[in-house]
Amino acid sequence: MSRLAVSIKTQSLTLRVDTRAYGAKLLNLRDSRAIVPPPTEPMPERRLQAENLHLWRGDRHVLRGVRLCVNSGECLQITGGNGAGKTTLLRTLSGLMYPEEGTITWGGENIRRDLQAFHADLAYIGHEPPLKPDLTAEENLRYWVGVRRKLATHDMNRELGRLGADQWGNRPIRTLSAGQKRRVALAGLLLIAAPLWLLDEPTTNLDAEGQRLVGTLIEEHLARGGLAVAAIHHELTISPAVIRRLELSSK
Amino acid sequence: MNTSVIETSSTGTSALEAARLVLARDIRLALRKRGQLIQPLAFFAIVTTLFPLGISPELSRLRDVAPGVLWVAALLSSLLALEFLFRDDAQDGTLEQHVLSGQSLTWLLFAKTVAHWLLTGLPLAVMAPLAGLSLGVPAAALSGIVVSVAIGSVALSLIGSIGAALTLGVKRSGALLSLLTLPLSMPVLIFGARATELAIRGAGFAPPLYLLGALAVLGITLAPLAAAAAVRISLE
Repeated sequence: MSRLAVSIKTQSLTLRVDTRAYGAKLLNLRDSRAIVPPPTEPMPERRLQAENLHLWRGDRHVLRGVRLCVNSGECLQITGGNGAGKTTLLRTLSGLMYPEEGTITWGGENIRRDLQAFHADLAYIGHEPPLKPDLTAEENLRYWVGVRRKLATHDMNRELGRLGADQWGNRPIRTLSAGQKRRVALAGLLLIAAPLWLLDEPTTNLDAEGQRLVGTLIEEHLARGGLAVAAIHHELTISPAVIRRLELSSK
Repeated sequence: MNTSVIETSSTGTSALEAARLVLARDIRLALRKRGQLIQPLAFFAIVTTLFPLGISPELSRLRDVAPGVLWVAALLSSLLALEFLFRDDAQDGTLEQHVLSGQSLTWLLFAKTVAHWLLTGLPLAVMAPLAGLSLGVPAAALSGIVVSVAIGSVALSLIGSIGAALTLGVKRSGALLSLLTLPLSMPVLIFGARATELAIRGAGFAPPLYLLGALAVLGITLAPLAAAAAVRISLE
């Protein structure tokens, strides 16, 4: 019920992706004018902002002055060749990696000031679905999501059904195919219900229908006022008004 | 709180409930992978039965070396089990999810360490009297052995959790893990063996047991903090 209740979007879209610094260049900046009506009631505005991120791995300068800003209702798609630093950027944004220089702010506050509160607002899925091979899909969700928030069985069944994963809900993860695991992980993502999604290749191993579904899920998330930063190679079927692209170049 | 952006009908999980879930998960996983569970215990049983064969079957001589044998074997077998403490979680990405869960990582890792102790330390304490009997320990001393191994293994699990967390990023971490953990475990070995020795002689073994308890309490208060910091560094 709560999912349907929040379909009205009330923020104006003011995504700015500024990558003036050497490493990153911006491609395909489409018209960023919002097509939604002006806000009728105040809704908390969220913003993830990164300023001048520099990160070295050994002697490799992976992030070279990345600046980005994502607001509620917007998706930032990160593209770039292999080794361009997409995963590194996502891990840095999640707070897992510490940039040598630069700051990341969430809602105007440096994420390092209260990392735990920031993480409560965040759902991160790396390129491997974070699932235990020896537990079933349902057990995995129960523990993974349950640590964050109370998980009702009917919610879990609904989201597993949404992802087409309900038939294999009680099979051990190790018996599932890579695409099936991905679907279970995406069900977890929906159940965590965090405002900020950080997704590393969320469509890997999915069939064409699954890839379209990821686009739909992100779009619904944005419509609820969520934010998403996703490293995805292929074109997402998302309204161009809410999606921006940030291309990282490897040299 | 401005989570109304994403409306959810349910509330966040309390720290205690989160820790309970982590504990339950680890125990369930261990029961599905019994091989990993039995390995350190089998090691302990084999090492302690080798000594009567290697030294002499004479009980009076065995009785003299029993405290040392029991504790060195317990120390090494707990070391063997430590490698699995965080490694699987780090490999499949669930440890990362603990870090990003919005819960206190210290608390979650403490829950993991408690699970680890329940699965390795406690069975060791139950097995120690059997091994003690084969080394000629009088029956009256067995309760002392159980208590000292139970308390000592708490300290060993906690000290080991720091080492296991620090060596997460290292391939073939076994040797490094022992180099890091064994020196820190020396006090546990010394007081544990002393308590066992006094118990065998029929003397009061409370003083070394108190010190063992102090080490365990020190571990409970400090080790999870250190392990959480180490996990953060290792995952970077």
